[in-house]
Amino acid sequence: MPSLTDLANPTRFMRLSAALLPWMAGAATILLAIGFYLAWFVAPADYQQGETIRIMFVHVPAAWLALMLYTMMAVSALGTLVWRHPLADVAQKAAAPIGAAFSLICLLTGAFWGKPMWGTYWVWDARLTSVLVLLLIYLGIIALWRALDDSGRAGRAVAILTLVGFVNVPIIKFSVDWWNTLHQPASVFRADGPTIHPAMLWPLLILALGFTLLALALHLAAMRAEIMRRRVRTLTILEAERHDRLAMQGLPA
Amino acid sequence: MTRAFIAIVGRDLALAARAGGGGELALVFFLTLVVLVPFALGPDLALLARIGPAILWLGALLATLIGLDRLFQSDEEDGSLDLIRASALPLELAVLAKGLAHWLATGLPLALAAPMLGLLVALPIEAMASVAATLLVGTPALSFIGAAGAALTVGIRRGGLIVPVLVAPLTVPVLIFGVSASNSALGGAIPFLTPFLILCALSLAAIVVGAFAAAAALRQAE
Repeated sequence: MPSLTDLANPTRFMRLSAALLPWMAGAATILLAIGFYLAWFVAPADYQQGETIRIMFVHVPAAWLALMLYTMMAVSALGTLVWRHPLADVAQKAAAPIGAAFSLICLLTGAFWGKPMWGTYWVWDARLTSVLVLLLIYLGIIALWRALDDSGRAGRAVAILTLVGFVNVPIIKFSVDWWNTLHQPASVFRADGPTIHPAMLWPLLILALGFTLLALALHLAAMRAEIMRRRVRTLTILEAERHDRLAMQGLPA
Repeated sequence: MTRAFIAIVGRDLALAARAGGGGELALVFFLTLVVLVPFALGPDLALLARIGPAILWLGALLATLIGLDRLFQSDEEDGSLDLIRASALPLELAVLAKGLAHWLATGLPLALAAPMLGLLVALPIEAMASVAATLLVGTPALSFIGAAGAALTVGIRRGGLIVPVLVAPLTVPVLIFGVSASNSALGGAIPFLTPFLILCALSLAAIVVGAFAAAAALRQAE
């Protein structure tokens, strides 16, 4: 089992991730296929919510993943600032758009479910609002990545912003709960056991695992792309310098 | 160390007062925002009185956020930020001094002007006191959360809009509890003191987190 320190070598990371990626993508595909089959054809319709309950099978994993990816970013931020791990800012940069996408999916599926059930696409309810604020924080982080040219500096600045956001997210959650609540409370992770029926719980858990693997596979692929982008950038600079040197010596390139 | 701290506060206050540093400009901006709202909503005084605290809080929030990108940027441009970094004063305390000066130059005048502007939105007298009090204890949080945002973007040349985009989501709790406490004077189930004390706690936490985060960001930006 390689430790995080071994992964600090980008070449080793590239080799390992290239071996790992097809397996993760394959497992994600199989789990998502099984999960969607169970969710669409096997799981019963809800006695109150009818067929719309099936939206929940995408909505809930998306919400979990939006939070999980932010937590991953916060851990990567610590990696950047404390341990100066060379791949931590790559991990963080790759996670931000995926997390933003999952929070957007969570909001959109919630809106499609809310229209028939609550009679409106959007209400200013506490949980909806905290996910919306989370999306705004994600977008701010992406904006800061784009605003700073130097990737090393951008990585450290974004790491600080991520950690400040990480401290703030529970406070925002708490304050928004105080402000207004309509969304149902948590029904899967509870001290007295889940309150949803096993026929719905199983597809949900399988889909949650599938989406998690999908998110991790996307994350690995995005990290590989970012490493290659940086390599291309470095190689381009080296090539340009070589041309400059040759030009100074009066030789043709 | 105390002398350096006081020197930074004094210098920033002098800059805010004399060199068009934005202290009085934030006030004018605040006034303009509050004046614009009735044009958008219509001159219904009952409606304005009901949403008055919210208007004043939003105005104060925007007036604080708009000028924030200059907080460290001007120091970076004229080189004084390098002197502050090199001085014996810990960077956290220097940020504390700059945040304090920013609050004295913008947050405090906004809180003091709020009752006057409350007249424009037909706020009852008892609500004016609570709006002013919440702004007084809430605006330090805005200054210091904003200081962290300003420090993160210190090297960006076209940074104007990015600071509000970064900072605004983080100010949601301050806005919620500020408006919630102010509204208690207009009637409602929530007593004044509960959200007010949480607002105080948010401000205190923001001063600490903001100072450390901004100092860390300024060190990274070297």
